Amino acid sequence: MEAFFTNIDKVIDGFSWTVRLALFSALFSFILGVILTAMRVSPIGLLRGVSTVYVETVRNSPLTLVLLFCGLGLNSALGLSLADSVAWDVFWWAVIGLSAYTACFVSETLRSGINTIPVGQAEAARSLGLTFTQILRLIIIPQALRTVIGPLGSVLIALIKNTTVASVAGLGVQEASRQMKLMFDQGIAPVLPTFVGFAIGFLVLTLPVGYFFSWLSKRMAVVR
Amino acid sequence: MTATPLVVLENVNKHFGELHVLRDINLSVNAGEVVVIIGPSGSGKSTLCRTINRLETIDSGRILVNGQPLPAEGRALARLRSDVGMVFQSFNLFSHMTVLENITLGPTKVLKIPRAQATLRGLELLERVRIADQAHKYPAQLSGGQQQRVAIARALAMNPKVLLFDEPTSALDPEMVQEVLDVMTDLAREGMTMIVVTHEMGFARRAADRVVFMADGQIVEENTPNEFFTNPRTDRARDFLSKILTH
Repeated sequence: MEAFFTNIDKVIDGFSWTVRLALFSALFSFILGVILTAMRVSPIGLLRGVSTVYVETVRNSPLTLVLLFCGLGLNSALGLSLADSVAWDVFWWAVIGLSAYTACFVSETLRSGINTIPVGQAEAARSLGLTFTQILRLIIIPQALRTVIGPLGSVLIALIKNTTVASVAGLGVQEASRQMKLMFDQGIAPVLPTFVGFAIGFLVLTLPVGYFFSWLSKRMAVVR
Repeated sequence: MTATPLVVLENVNKHFGELHVLRDINLSVNAGEVVVIIGPSGSGKSTLCRTINRLETIDSGRILVNGQPLPAEGRALARLRSDVGMVFQSFNLFSHMTVLENITLGPTKVLKIPRAQATLRGLELLERVRIADQAHKYPAQLSGGQQQRVAIARALAMNPKVLLFDEPTSALDPEMVQEVLDVMTDLAREGMTMIVVTHEMGFARRAADRVVFMADGQIVEENTPNEFFTNPRTDRARDFLSKILTH
């Protein structure tokens, strides 16, 4: 393991990009996921259609393709730039790709949560004179969220691991798995111990996420 | 006496697929009146109740509340619903909110009443339904009877012109039925306009101004409680009463 620790600065740099990718993508995919869900249950057919087509298309595309589309398609081919430095430019394109992809899973998870809420909750809200958006915002989404905290934790764990795709799919984000590959390519680290080190690094990120979300889901559970 | 009809149903028809659940319903309820709707299960009485604030749509006919036809959807319908309170069989309290939050939600979000004022009024209403000490609990921590009284307070907080009750005691344990009926009887005495779907014949006798008997989607008989229970005019009503009153 010695070689792993002598290159610890590279390891830490790699994971810092991993964490940043995961954090920003989690935030944006959550926001987009909520919007997609609201559209999916809205009384307006067009919004439902757009949301359904988006979720079914992106959810069923390989993440590699989604990220290639962002990297090679939008960034390189069309020359769209999001930041001055190359490192941040590819970073933001990776965040967009990961968010666009993960939002589908957030949306499907939330929608399954909505389906568990008794119809009487919405009826009571309607009978008070609340509007559709108020009912969604004040009654349905808060309850649905609480019931799917656990599954959302799994989505977040998947997202953290999916950040590794961001370096292979034409977007050279210097995240952990790319750092690892660079270390191999430069021959500065023996393969097996380095693998183990990076695997542990990912566990350090993902295990607490899983535990935290199951703790939170128990704490926030809605008792009926 | 020239009473103003608050709720009017004219030739209302509704189908659930093949099933004709409401057949040419004509009903008029005056301000301050307490109308109890009874009838066997499947007679359409709950559906009738739910059409009045458009939780169920109708196929043909007209429903007027306060002289205005029910709006189709959107904000106008939401505004009308805020005038028509509803109490459900399964209470339907918002399970992620405390008792007090349940009651202040409508007034603050729909009527735009300041929170402090809504809270004060909410506590007053909880006092009125004899449950003030539970204000900060969650619905699941209360008994069924307590939950239903909270639901009544939640409906009252909107200052509705009329209150709809859809079998309010049917989901309750027997020992909790009375506490809910007592609150409803108080409301009836205070002049609240009420349309009550129930199987509680005692309440109908005691509190109703008029009994509407439904069977197979039709209004079969309408009369004062006294006349209806002692001297039903139709065979259908006689048959129904003989089945429930002989126990």
